[in-house]
Amino acid sequence: MRAAVVIALKDLRRALRDRSALGVAVVAPLALAFVLSTVLGGGDLDALEVRLAFVDQDGGEQAEVFRREALGAVEEQGFLRVTDVASQEGRRLVAEDRVAAAIFLPPGFTENVTAGRNASIDVLASPQGAIGVDVARAVAEAYAARVDAVRLAVATIAFVEREPPDVDAVTAAALRPAVRLAAHTAGSREFEGNTFFAAGMTVFFLFFTAQFGAISLLRERREGTLARLLASPASRRAVLGGKGLYSYALGALSMATMVLATRVLMGSRWGDPAGVAIVIAAGVFAAMGIQSMVASLAKTDEQAAGYGSIVGVTLGLLGGTFFPLSQAPGLLSRLNAFTPHALMMRAFGELSGGLGGPADVIPEASLLILTGAAFGAIALLRADRLVGP
Amino acid sequence: MTRRSQVVLEARGLRKSYGSRVAVDGVSFEIAPGETYGLLGPNGAGKTTTISMICGLLQPDAGEALVLGRRVSTDATEAKEAIGYVPQDIAIYPDLSARENLLFFGRLYGLDRRTIERRSKEVLELTGLSERAEDRTSTYSGGMKRRLNIGIALLHEPQLLVLDEPTVGVDPQSRNAILASVETLSRGGLAVLYTTHYMEEAERLCDRVGIIDGGQIKAEGARRDLVAMLGEKDRVRLAADGDLGVLAARLADSPHVSEAIAGDGSVECIVDDARVALPSLLASAAQVVAVTGVEVVEPDLEAVFLRLTGKTLRD
Repeated sequence: MRAAVVIALKDLRRALRDRSALGVAVVAPLALAFVLSTVLGGGDLDALEVRLAFVDQDGGEQAEVFRREALGAVEEQGFLRVTDVASQEGRRLVAEDRVAAAIFLPPGFTENVTAGRNASIDVLASPQGAIGVDVARAVAEAYAARVDAVRLAVATIAFVEREPPDVDAVTAAALRPAVRLAAHTAGSREFEGNTFFAAGMTVFFLFFTAQFGAISLLRERREGTLARLLASPASRRAVLGGKGLYSYALGALSMATMVLATRVLMGSRWGDPAGVAIVIAAGVFAAMGIQSMVASLAKTDEQAAGYGSIVGVTLGLLGGTFFPLSQAPGLLSRLNAFTPHALMMRAFGELSGGLGGPADVIPEASLLILTGAAFGAIALLRADRLVGP
Repeated sequence: MTRRSQVVLEARGLRKSYGSRVAVDGVSFEIAPGETYGLLGPNGAGKTTTISMICGLLQPDAGEALVLGRRVSTDATEAKEAIGYVPQDIAIYPDLSARENLLFFGRLYGLDRRTIERRSKEVLELTGLSERAEDRTSTYSGGMKRRLNIGIALLHEPQLLVLDEPTVGVDPQSRNAILASVETLSRGGLAVLYTTHYMEEAERLCDRVGIIDGGQIKAEGARRDLVAMLGEKDRVRLAADGDLGVLAARLADSPHVSEAIAGDGSVECIVDDARVALPSLLASAAQVVAVTGVEVVEPDLEAVFLRLTGKTLRD
């Protein structure tokens, strides 16, 4: 054990001097997480404000209800600012990109809704509107869905009670806020704000740092120092153990640094520290096992780095570290479920909302440890060709 | 003290095959304290495979290596503690300084911090690297790296130093420094196993030489013993002004001379031992001619190797 620690400390010292290692372990994931959360919005809804224009060409009761109940409710949540304008003004604001979208209720809207005829809501979107367009569309679609529901409810009530229902009361009751852009407050089991990108990049780059131990074994062979290690009193197990310890320490150090750095610099919310520590411990083990096995297929350290990168990028994309894939259709979703990246992201998601604790991530952590053990065992068997007598 | 207790390294019937190719086939030899033993042979003769089995890098198919009576195969830790291994290629960490390299290997060999500091200082002085001790070794010249490569092997004060062709690709100045270091260490009581395909190095350094080819030791002994074993004789060539026929006839009657042949401007004498015969030869020659030059040609290990294997060391 002592020899393994000596070897691991030596490798860590070399890694700290190697700027490219530091870059992969900390700088690149931090920079990419920051860029992605900035460019893609990061879901930091505290800072989000969507501007919409509302054009009431109908002037009727249903238009007023839509404005007050559907748009107004979202407006109250502080994410939406709605400007009531005339038709031409609405088009101009969109054209000048001063609002994300304009919602038009055409003449006869109330009459059509009340009569149960088709009524349309037009959304004019700005090409630059991004999330604001989605908000406008979601509000309109939700309202339309509720209107359909009301009609259905009215019909049902009339059949059972044999009395004409209070259409206005039922409609008002149905028109609760159609869209919730709630910032994921305590109680939510989803990623908090930009934490998705912080976690995604941390997990993505973990699979690059986790291969350093196996690569360094091949590098020692190329540099001739492996023979010197094996000629020393250190056992072969100690040499392999030292490389494993180095990989594990570097991976854990990288992840811990990322958690702290994104928390301080980006305000990411990772959740329960003990839970995060468990996910890191299990995730690094899985990454180390997989990448060691991959490296054991290589003949040179350069080849191992190439193989490891291919595996890291592929699993990273399938695992949803850049964008969520759990809801993707068919094969993608199934592949996503099998990646260690997805397991880690799911576990971090559990914790990020603030409700999840250590017990909630035990299933994912257990699967990660099993994965690491299975691949690590293959890697150890294959490593014999490097260090075997 | 028994003979066995004086043996630092004992190789017994070492054998190693790779598939159908036999790399080492029953190699046996011993090395005593203060003795330098050379394994002389061309590339591919089995030198490095033999060393690898002795240092525990390879498991022999048969036979065993014992260091201070400890089996390398079963008592690896104890046996390896007694070995200082110098690989053929430079095996140091380029992004660490010489002192950091020594610190790492000192810890690996289980030395305490105080011992590492003391030995590092001594090794750095021995290798002439004290002034560059804190510099990364990637900035060193090839010769400096070679010296550190040997220095690391000496750090833990081994009783057996194993050098695998340490002068391959080394400039003459550095080579001479390495050879001088090995001579000094051997005089200090260190047992040395030295592999080379340079006949001159084996002749200069080694008390005994094992001539290895095709994985087998073809002959073993001190240089003169090997030469004598093959019946090779020394040649003394005397250049002279005067009647060379008379000179040749006179020298042929000398006690140490088996044959004397007059040639173009010189007489060549075949003698058993040039160092013994030379004084009387010069005295006899001076009586009949004016000697203008003397050249002694002793049969070397190259000749022995050629006789034993039918090929040269460079083959």
